[in-house]
Amino acid sequence: MIHWNSFADFLAMGGYAGYVWGSFGATALILILEPLFIIRRRKETISRLKRQMRAELASSSRNSVE
Amino acid sequence: MNARFHLYHYASPATFYPLAGKLIPVFAALAVVFGLAGLYLGLLVAPTDFQQGEGYRIIFIHVPASWMSMFIYLVMAFWAAIGLAFNTRLSGMMATALAPTGALMAFLSLWTGALWGKPMWGAWWVWDARLTSELILLFLYIGFIALQSAIDDPRRADKAGGVLLLVGVVNVPVIYFSVKWWNTLHQGASVSLTQSPSMATTMLWGMLLMALCFWMYSIAVALMRVRTILLERERHTEWVKEMLAGETK
Repeated sequence: MIHWNSFADFLAMGGYAGYVWGSFGATALILILEPLFIIRRRKETISRLKRQMRAELASSSRNSVE
Repeated sequence: MNARFHLYHYASPATFYPLAGKLIPVFAALAVVFGLAGLYLGLLVAPTDFQQGEGYRIIFIHVPASWMSMFIYLVMAFWAAIGLAFNTRLSGMMATALAPTGALMAFLSLWTGALWGKPMWGAWWVWDARLTSELILLFLYIGFIALQSAIDDPRRADKAGGVLLLVGVVNVPVIYFSVKWWNTLHQGASVSLTQSPSMATTMLWGMLLMALCFWMYSIAVALMRVRTILLERERHTEWVKEMLAGETK
């Protein structure tokens, strides 16, 4: 079922190692990094919006006291 | 209620936000399952290509990335048309959320194409109809992102971006049919709806599974991104304020 005779064979990709792994490596890197960047951006956005909301609440309650 | 009601119901940001949140893990899990199955078939099981040796295995990601780069653009143009015609808030956000993923797919298509072209054609790049039109697609994505980020008012950014998307949509059939219309160096379609595929069954399955993986991945990341855009743009509405007050994460 498995096409390769050995792990070294698999890594060598019949002499195309640089091209094949350069393609799969770049793809894997992008497909892993993109969601991580989105998650970080989301966390930053949520904490910034919460900060803004608290600031608005604080200033509006101060205004109502005065 | 009737279908119209449901459509409007889910098009409302307050209902769409939690729905998208529930769908993300489903699409992410499907992407992982299809990806592992596709990599197993494509890298471990599929036989050597008699012309291209083991180097042909690049097509297992090159073809899905290229398909997605074109398909995402069409979906963005669809949302742009809906947004321009019906002035719906969510459609512009969907187009914005898809753009970076589309740009990355176009980049991967060109990158893997260059790594395939060097050993097979002897050149990283040629100014061929297929390659050039795919490069234009990447520029359209980058242009859309740059245009939107240059306009402060999100509704105006959606309109301007939408017009750009609809003008640029003519490039997609040019990419797709370029191998037929012009005498190009790029090989013809590997999979066609009208002809039986010219490749071994395991190769075909490997490629289709990888395509499904890229498909599910793109949906998952677009939904992730659109949720952040929703929070940002709807920050003054009650539902976002309630959600931010309730959510501790």
